[in-house]
Amino acid sequence: MKTFRIGGVHPAENKLSAGKAIETLALPKQAVFPLSQHIGAPATAIVKKGDVVKVGTKIAEAGGFVSAAIYSSVSGKVNKVDSVIDASGYRKPAIFIDVEGDEWEESIDRSTELVKECNLTPEEIVAKIKNAGVVGMGGACFPTHVKLTPPPGCKAECVIINAVECEPYLTADHRLMLEKADEILVGVQILMKAVKVDKAYIGIENNKPDAIKLMTEKAAQYKGIEIVPLKVKYPQGGEKQLIDAVIGRQVPAPPAIPINVGAVVQNVGTAYAVYEAVQKNKPLFERVVTVTGKSLKNPSNFLTRMGTPMSQLIEAAGGMPEDTGKVIGGGPMMGKALANTEVPICKGSSGVLLMNDKDASRAEAMPCIRCAKCVSACPMGLEPFLLATASAHGDWERVEKEMIMSCIECGSCQFTCPSRRPMLDYIRLGKGKVGAIIRARNAKK
Amino acid sequence: MANKLIVSLSPHVHSGDSVQKNMYGVIIALIPALLVSFYMFGLGAVIVTLTSVAACLFFEWAITKFILKRERTTILDGSAALTGLLLAFNLPSNLPLWIIIIGALVAIGIGKMTFGGLGCNPFNPALVGRIFLLISFPVQMTSWPVAGQLTAYTDAETAATPLALMKMAVKGDATALEQLPSTMDLFLGNNPGCIGEISALALLLGLVYMLWKKIITWHIPVSIIATVFVFATLLNLVDPAKYADGLTHLFTGGLMLGAIFMATDYVTSPMNHKGMIIYGIAIGFLTVLIRTFGAYPEGMSFAIFIMNAFTPLINTYCKPKRFGEVVKK
Amino acid sequence: MDLILIAVISLGAIGLVAAVILYAASKKFAVYEDPRIAQVSEVLPQANCGGCGYPGCSGFAAACVKAGSLEGKLCPVGGQPTMEKVAAILGLEAAASEPKVAVVRCNGTCANRPKLTKYDGVRSCVVANSTYGGESGCTFGCLGCGDCVSACTFGAIKMNPETELPEVDESKCTACGACAKACPRSIIEIRPKGKNNRRVYVQCVNKDKGAVARKACTAACIGCGKCVKVCPFEAITLENNLAYIDPAKCKSCRKCEMECPQNAIIAVNFPPRKAKPAEETAPKAETATPKAETVAPKVEKPATEQPKAETPAQEAPKAEA
Repeated sequence: MKTFRIGGVHPAENKLSAGKAIETLALPKQAVFPLSQHIGAPATAIVKKGDVVKVGTKIAEAGGFVSAAIYSSVSGKVNKVDSVIDASGYRKPAIFIDVEGDEWEESIDRSTELVKECNLTPEEIVAKIKNAGVVGMGGACFPTHVKLTPPPGCKAECVIINAVECEPYLTADHRLMLEKADEILVGVQILMKAVKVDKAYIGIENNKPDAIKLMTEKAAQYKGIEIVPLKVKYPQGGEKQLIDAVIGRQVPAPPAIPINVGAVVQNVGTAYAVYEAVQKNKPLFERVVTVTGKSLKNPSNFLTRMGTPMSQLIEAAGGMPEDTGKVIGGGPMMGKALANTEVPICKGSSGVLLMNDKDASRAEAMPCIRCAKCVSACPMGLEPFLLATASAHGDWERVEKEMIMSCIECGSCQFTCPSRRPMLDYIRLGKGKVGAIIRARNAKK
Repeated sequence: MANKLIVSLSPHVHSGDSVQKNMYGVIIALIPALLVSFYMFGLGAVIVTLTSVAACLFFEWAITKFILKRERTTILDGSAALTGLLLAFNLPSNLPLWIIIIGALVAIGIGKMTFGGLGCNPFNPALVGRIFLLISFPVQMTSWPVAGQLTAYTDAETAATPLALMKMAVKGDATALEQLPSTMDLFLGNNPGCIGEISALALLLGLVYMLWKKIITWHIPVSIIATVFVFATLLNLVDPAKYADGLTHLFTGGLMLGAIFMATDYVTSPMNHKGMIIYGIAIGFLTVLIRTFGAYPEGMSFAIFIMNAFTPLINTYCKPKRFGEVVKK
Repeated sequence: MDLILIAVISLGAIGLVAAVILYAASKKFAVYEDPRIAQVSEVLPQANCGGCGYPGCSGFAAACVKAGSLEGKLCPVGGQPTMEKVAAILGLEAAASEPKVAVVRCNGTCANRPKLTKYDGVRSCVVANSTYGGESGCTFGCLGCGDCVSACTFGAIKMNPETELPEVDESKCTACGACAKACPRSIIEIRPKGKNNRRVYVQCVNKDKGAVARKACTAACIGCGKCVKVCPFEAITLENNLAYIDPAKCKSCRKCEMECPQNAIIAVNFPPRKAKPAEETAPKAETATPKAETVAPKVEKPATEQPKAETPAQEAPKAEA
């Protein structure tokens, strides 16, 4: 069984909602669209207070090449363009839309019929994807059209689809594969056409045997798509780890990117979004979100319109349990703890996880006993204990030399540390500082 | 929802591993060897072990409380108990109580707490204690009771250890090697020596347990054992009458104890696999060197001690294999 | 006898050769250093705090000697007297400087600023700031992890466990600026001490709109602009919903302090007011009480004055609720 070569851990999987079919969530009363829900420049609002919008109306234009447009997921009236508290508690500009009815733009093909044929040129496909505001649905939210436009001198050799879903608890991608297998495969073919390659791999972890079986059966009808079952190991869903696992190539240290080894990695959710954008003219305004937690009454997978507050999803899954200590947007390894539950679902929201009091708090940190378990666990071959200590002391030169910028913040080190040291807190700090130093240095040149 | 939501950075889950689990895991792995020693040395082994563990726990508690004035004492984390147990394993079973207590004081007081306690010590504390005692009380530390005297303590009958015989062979005593116990006796533990070092089998059981529980990795013990075996076999091929064979080297003295439990001490061993192998090879090499050409019959503790000092250097110059260093294709 | 002679002669010869080599090396590789650098170094406080902007006291001394003018150079620890000594050594004119002090521009005590979440990460403001907006609703205010406390080499800042805010001990503060640099939210400002140690400043850095700011903290500046209007010296500017008092223009008349509906403007080390006509007209009767306390005369120990001010304020929000 294939997997990546360095480090890795195996957290308890807890895929509580794996057996739950995707349900469509009711419309919210008010939908909120933060203007910055992707990596890159924030989008610029093109609607104002009082404007009437339909489902699928563009409400914000991309703010640059590395940016993405935002579409309304509801029909109704723009209430205001103001600031909203985002997942991290800071205020960010956003568009508020009061929901009235559910009227869709006519250009969107709402039939469920599978459209296999795609006669567009690669350039047209990329333009369409860009226009639809599609971004990486795995969580990082990198605009998809940027990834599909290789920088000069680089040539894509294959498309790798990330269907690993290595985060514990989350099942959104799993369910999507079971229910929309054909659409995903057509989406993959479109992606292959967009970057002009004839080979695509879909990496699926071995804890989803039903998805592997179904996808392998269906993939036989599509040329050049191979399903690669992978051994269960976190963080296999990391782009670099996945490339290593599937085609055995390792992306060199930053600033190198996957395209340098000829790979274009896309999430399985993104492939589905690409299918909808290209074949159905449907921009990205809804996604599958897993709502889960050990104390939650009814862990589920919801097809959710963007802009729906997370509290509504929690209500739909049985309400917030009494013992909730932490609400996480995303999975437990890399997700963000939320300061409030009114945060809207964005393009990158793959899940809402409720942790109970007991699991939520960190245990008290003990001194480092130099057991080297973090070094063994690090999938990037770094020395987390050293990076953390040097960052805590502000020794930025040292941490840069020790390749802190290679860190993918997967959290394997902290997960495995017997002394429960908050290593990643410090490493993130160091990464931020070193990143700023490098940018300043490059700007000087 | 009555409580405030907790906010912290990811990861939000933990493997559940802890310092205590690791320390008590090592202690569990030491139990087979402990039982063998009770069986072989009886009362003496029980007294030495209990005294050493109790003294180490006491000094750990007293120093954290009265000298360092820390609010939280660390005696429950298992590290002091482990140091006490390992120290006892490195002592002969007829050692007087007061020497053991001095050893424990040196191990915990000088070996560990002067550097700041758990995680800060450059040398393995139990080794510091043992080496201190070996140099200060050479007579008491090198008189080894014969196995099987279950009720004897300081009055036990003593005999030369296999290592001493091996040393005599190197010095030219042609018949010394023939007096060695059979390899099977050495393997099972029926020979004179320190409390914990006699049975290679029991120690190997401990190694299997620790590998299974993922407390340690294979790199250090395997590289030490392999190096000693290869180096000793080479010497044996040069002159079989002078130099004992590889297997005898492996099963005598503190080699197994050192390779499995002392050299693998988290705090004082290198922190990546490449470094661990360099460290292990150097220890194995130094051990055979001291055993055959040095003044002392046993070289394991000195070899580990020397390499402990090199650990920071190894950590600085030996880096784990970084992701992306591998050549493409 | 021979043995002794040989030893003496050989050792003597070795010593001689070594001495010659050392002498030659010291001449050949000698680095000329302006002797004034050492002299200047000597009069500096040797705190090596970096408050002057140079790496340590010797770095500052070298810079002073090299520059040939003391324009813009100040040792915040030693202040004016030290700079005059430096000037005397170098035969230069010391630039005039005011004594300064660090002020904490946040009054978001536990009572004023109720906590909504619990931070469970590393006790470091920088990390907390990068994690999220903070435990309260205010995303500009003090995070309370004490980065400024650990940055201070003079022991002049302490966290008040009651308010969970840092407090500056004026008598120990040298205005080196280390705390201001350490604060990820730029809450600490180095301000002139003011005449007779009396100064007026806005004790808030919240740039949110009034309603949002007020919801998060009862002591927040809401950007209403009343202080701007009332100031006779145009010392107050309002930018991004936040008032700022320019210390150069402020004449310490305290009109703004009286006017502020949020009590976000604080005047320290002033004698108590005799009559308080503003109290009746103040929009909130209960929040006016702590204001009266804040101006209590505490010239020697200003650090202990803030907690006192907070005690009555704790009741205020409860009464409202």
